[in-house]
Amino acid sequence: MTENKQEFWRWSEYNWRDENKDWREGNIVTAGIDVGSVSSQAVICVDGELYAFNNVRTGSNSPDSARRALEGALKDTGMTRDDINFVVGTGYGRVNVPFADKAVTEIACHARGANFMAGNEVRTILDMGGQDCKAIHCDEKGKVTNFKMNDKCAAGTGRGMEVLADLLEVPVTEIGEMSFQVDEEPPPVSSTCVVFAKSESMALLKDGWPKSKVLAAYCAAMAQRVASLLESVGMQEKFFITGGIAKNRGVVERIEKILGVKAIQTKFDSQIAGALGAALFAKTLYEKRQAKGVA
Amino acid sequence: MKANYGYTDGSGDYYITIETEGCLKCTEHDCVDACPQDVFAIIEDDYDDLVAAVVEEHRRSLAYVCSECKPASDPPPLPCVEACPQNAISHSW
Ligand code: SF4
Ligand code: SF4
Repeated sequence: MTENKQEFWRWSEYNWRDENKDWREGNIVTAGIDVGSVSSQAVICVDGELYAFNNVRTGSNSPDSARRALEGALKDTGMTRDDINFVVGTGYGRVNVPFADKAVTEIACHARGANFMAGNEVRTILDMGGQDCKAIHCDEKGKVTNFKMNDKCAAGTGRGMEVLADLLEVPVTEIGEMSFQVDEEPPPVSSTCVVFAKSESMALLKDGWPKSKVLAAYCAAMAQRVASLLESVGMQEKFFITGGIAKNRGVVERIEKILGVKAIQTKFDSQIAGALGAALFAKTLYEKRQAKGVA
Repeated sequence: MKANYGYTDGSGDYYITIETEGCLKCTEHDCVDACPQDVFAIIEDDYDDLVAAVVEEHRRSLAYVCSECKPASDPPPLPCVEACPQNAISHSW
């Protein structure tokens, strides 16, 4: 008999398209593909405006994940890959996007995407990705002026959160909410390493801590860790958070409390910032090539 | 741009910072040859500028890689810092 085990870390893949827009009326169609360690996104822009995107889980093969992400973004648009003028790959798998015209680092793409999503007053960006987190400063054009990343350990990242979701058998999308169901805030788990944080969380459960209290302690540890990364580059307002964990209010609100700063809220999906930035880079690069007569 | 390469672990912060504005004025790129561990390479960054960067393979092991240049007692000036004509390189530890 096979055990039908629920995968608590699993989140739903999804796509979106601007149904009020006809891409055929545009001049330049560009795409950005962000292949991260946990999730991959494809964004299509028409004349530098967001037209469609798709968010999927990264598989074991980066080129396949890139293809799958783009196919989902193209779905129901009547557009094919040949209609796209320029593609930029980004993320840890950026050099493995087979149909990309150029690879650009995720640091530059997140800054560009954040500038589009949250406005040109954004100066500090926190990108909490699947396996690392980055603190980025940028200017009014979304150009990076300073960056620092910590990718030595999965704590403070999407992967760390998924490990905890499975351990506590709480759907990953409910962790943030549940972490506030405590009478008072417990001290953060002491470890910054995801492996030790996992065993520490197990010990707390054995000691009779409710799941919500363990989650509060873990979210607080994550928040403390990324807040110190941000403090080491210096906080400049305005502040914006990109990446999957931006959707976890258990971590976001604790970061805001430590830093005494509110992160900008936008209508856009925080997880597509890298791919969106890549699609915007693609437009600039395409125009440069056109100007040189090589596009 | 201030590019910080490195990591934080249980024992401390290990970052090399490169002020890439300096690299734009630099023609010799002496940091590359000065480092005995091949920590630096010249890359074309995302804005099409040629700048120094810490190579990928050393970014997570700088404390170990740089240890020979940093003896516990009487550390001499660091070869990378000495070689850079723009004072663009600094270490956090
Ligand atoms: S020597 Fe200094 S200024 Fe020149 S490339 Fe190296 S880090 Fe940049
Ligand atoms: S301290 Fe030594 S090994 Fe480390 S980067 Fe500088 S020259 Fe290279």
